[in-house]
Amino acid sequence: MTKIEMTRRGFMKVAASISVPLVAGKLTTDKAFAAEIAPATPEKVYQVASTFDCGGKCTVMAHVQDGVVTRISTKATDAKSNMPVMRACVRGRAYRNFQYDLNRLKYPMKRVGKRGEGKFQRITWDEATSMIADNVAKLTAKYGPASRFLTVATSQTGGVFSSDLLMKRLFNLSGGFLGYYHSVSVGNTAKVTPYTYGIANSGSSMKTILNSKLVVLWGHNPAENVFGHSNFYLSEFKKKGGKVIVVDPRYSDSAVAYADEWIPLLPTTDNALIDAMAYVIINEKLHNQKFIDTYTIGFDGQTLPEGVDKKESLYAYLFGEKDGIKKTPEWAEAICKVPAAKIRSFAIEYAKAKPAAMIQGWGPQRHSCGERTARGMAVLAILTGNVGIKGGWAGGNLGSAGRKHASGLPIGTNPIKASINIMNWMDAAEDHTRVRPQDGLVGADKLDTNIKMLFSLGGNYMMNQNPNLNKTKALLEDESKIEFIVSHDVFMTPSAKYADLVLPATTFLEGWNIAGTWGSGSYIILNEKSVEPEFERRHDYDWITDVARKMGVEKAFTEGRTQRQWIELVWENTRKAHSSEKIPTFNEMLSRKERIFLFDKSADGDYVAFEQQIKDPKNNKFSTASGKIEIFSKALFDMKNPEIPALSNYVPAWEGPQDKRVAQYPFQLITWKSKNRDNSTFYSIPALKEVYPQVLWINPDDAKEKKIESGDLLRIYNDRGATYIKAEVTTRIMPGVVATPSGAWYSPDEKGEDRNGNVNVLTTDRRTALANGNAHQSILVQIEKA
Amino acid sequence: MAQYGFYSDSSICSGCKACQVACKDKNNQVFGINYRKPYHVETGGFKVGSKGTVTHNAVVYSLSIACNHCSKPACTEVCPTGAMQKDKATGIVNNDKTKCIGCGNCASACPYNAPTINEELGKSYKCDFCADLVEKGEQPACVAACPLVALDCGEIADLRRKYGKVADVHGLASSKETAPNLVLKLHKGAK
Repeated sequence: MTKIEMTRRGFMKVAASISVPLVAGKLTTDKAFAAEIAPATPEKVYQVASTFDCGGKCTVMAHVQDGVVTRISTKATDAKSNMPVMRACVRGRAYRNFQYDLNRLKYPMKRVGKRGEGKFQRITWDEATSMIADNVAKLTAKYGPASRFLTVATSQTGGVFSSDLLMKRLFNLSGGFLGYYHSVSVGNTAKVTPYTYGIANSGSSMKTILNSKLVVLWGHNPAENVFGHSNFYLSEFKKKGGKVIVVDPRYSDSAVAYADEWIPLLPTTDNALIDAMAYVIINEKLHNQKFIDTYTIGFDGQTLPEGVDKKESLYAYLFGEKDGIKKTPEWAEAICKVPAAKIRSFAIEYAKAKPAAMIQGWGPQRHSCGERTARGMAVLAILTGNVGIKGGWAGGNLGSAGRKHASGLPIGTNPIKASINIMNWMDAAEDHTRVRPQDGLVGADKLDTNIKMLFSLGGNYMMNQNPNLNKTKALLEDESKIEFIVSHDVFMTPSAKYADLVLPATTFLEGWNIAGTWGSGSYIILNEKSVEPEFERRHDYDWITDVARKMGVEKAFTEGRTQRQWIELVWENTRKAHSSEKIPTFNEMLSRKERIFLFDKSADGDYVAFEQQIKDPKNNKFSTASGKIEIFSKALFDMKNPEIPALSNYVPAWEGPQDKRVAQYPFQLITWKSKNRDNSTFYSIPALKEVYPQVLWINPDDAKEKKIESGDLLRIYNDRGATYIKAEVTTRIMPGVVATPSGAWYSPDEKGEDRNGNVNVLTTDRRTALANGNAHQSILVQIEKA
Repeated sequence: MAQYGFYSDSSICSGCKACQVACKDKNNQVFGINYRKPYHVETGGFKVGSKGTVTHNAVVYSLSIACNHCSKPACTEVCPTGAMQKDKATGIVNNDKTKCIGCGNCASACPYNAPTINEELGKSYKCDFCADLVEKGEQPACVAACPLVALDCGEIADLRRKYGKVADVHGLASSKETAPNLVLKLHKGAK
């Protein structure tokens, strides 16, 4: 860092020249404005952590003066720290814009028009909490506690203390609720990875890539998503001269920053490329036979489980012994559109770079073929012996099992044992008999009731991020089906518009919490309440306590604790759970300026997935059925489902390029998690809207054929719906594929067509083969100029 | 007499725009007005083969550019009221808001698109190198914000000694026009 030594006089002069009004009305509240002009008390700087669904949890400092956040800053790179640099991303820099946005909800409101119409009336908190207590009592008496459902609420999953968890605690004290499982972010990988490795989290610490000779980011875009320390270590790897290849249909921002080479690949055809790479690696004798013999089953006929035909092995499949087709690069190029010569050179480069880290993102598994794709990438790591070694990467889920977390909020036990896949919720509300074990129901043979109450607390999944929104809309508009819907949010989101009761939430700056990352990085941040809520915004804990009182369980609910005392309890529980770590006490932590605690090296910097199994296989078996890495899975084989084969071989995907629907809908549409949002959070914030507009990327060749120019308004449609987005003609997307950032807020016109570019009017709610999971990324569409 | 300037490392910049929003936050600026404006430059194209295979030579890089506090600023030349001035002691270019009439000449003349007019207030706004922060010993908000540490600032002579003298790249105005106090590290695919 260059040290700036300023000529004081010169700077005084320049600084004086800006002492004219810079604050132009709309951005800040009058209170913030006043504080800027005449600070009365000394500034206090808080290290804060949002609860948003972001894997970063970077260093964000809120400067508070007279009870108002006046500025956001981050950390100097040379500051003394036990942490790698985690400077706030663009979203973190906009927290003040989020906090003081004039469109924030201010008062509790109840619906007065038809559901979804958007007509509300201000009510008191006493009325609001009574409405909840009364409806819960009435509907529970009629349908039972299994009719209560809390949907996905990602804007607060980053903290241990949330309205979602608090409401679950309250319900557990009064009969329970219908639970759900499956992460719409990474559930397909999480379900299938154990079939290869025995566990779901097969990632290593990101720091280990500093030992790699080659890093491949396959459908992984950490520059925008921010997975823990990923960007710090990727930039360090680049500084050392490391080579990065990005495989992605898009030239992502991660490709801009890190890629030495971009390999565009048609969505859902990953396994064709993987198969051909495996073919090349074996054909060129670049596979690690010793590793394969020692640690795996299913490579060849010798290591298949008993009773399985030898033609079911990976080798037999790749070399055409089963179907007569060799899975050569020439075979694959027609499918995945990567030229055969490129497939060959890429395979050889990966196999020769020892060790190499091929890191799979979460986008490729959010497809109809997601489970096959997730398992496939592991095969390349296995063939080359890149598993269990520093600088290698096992594939599967990038989340590392070595990470440590804060303890959970005690929420009690749910007496209702039935749990549905999140993809079942619409069926469970329409007709609960449709949700059977084979559809995703677990913990029970059948459901006893439809969902009659829905709580969307700190989330915009219900009517924005859920697939097939036109179907969702029809369900929600029928007030006889789900009879009572509550939304608790900072803004009037499209989901909040479909609620019967809308409650104004507080932000993370207005409450206590403990936050952590996902995927990568092993640290927790203690978030102190830094400003007071304004208007009638109330913290979750306060209003849910009121509901608990009206339901007669206040004492059991609060246990006499304040919000801060719950956080103290969770912090102390975390200390006890990790007694080998030197976690400071709650009060010690509060006395520090730095509110982050980094768990020790073995949990973070040095963790290598499956290191023990590889170093000492006799004493450390993989937790699969065979005790080995399963290239061939007998469990999948026995399912006899062509969509989820025993090997992770290529099978054409529904809603993919070989689906017959392409005759009508020739473009593959994919979405990405743009840098300016966490899912749909921040969509309405002007400073972040400005960062990236809602546009549709289209390749110049496709645009030419359709006579489309940048800025043209396009209508994107299929048989599920239509949306309107402006075109951006760009070389950042391959031909045949179009892409737009996910998370735009649904805004239907009078014809029911979305005008904001929300692709979930086009996505399908059809479930994946094994996980019964989501396929948000597999969308065939047609495009026309509007 | 000093001359301050910026260093921008395009070889690692992803175009995340944390610098843009950090600047906006620090300066309390409104929608549509940004002093630092990162953008992506695209070059190359695609060739589709007989089997539909895709070969390409596409390269995309990001340039994070603010006011370059030029040695031959175009904005001061065209300012009719003399509001836009280059500070002698620091080389920082900024306008005196009491004299500015918001005519927009500076915005039109600047090859880097640095000044922007706030029509409501009738004034031109641009980067002032965070003079108030720098005076307190801090870095400008954008430099202090960059998550990948791709920005730096200081006396231009020091920056050039440390990082070289490149200030030209495809997608950016020629440095011959206004003698910007900018040092770039180019993306490996850039020309």
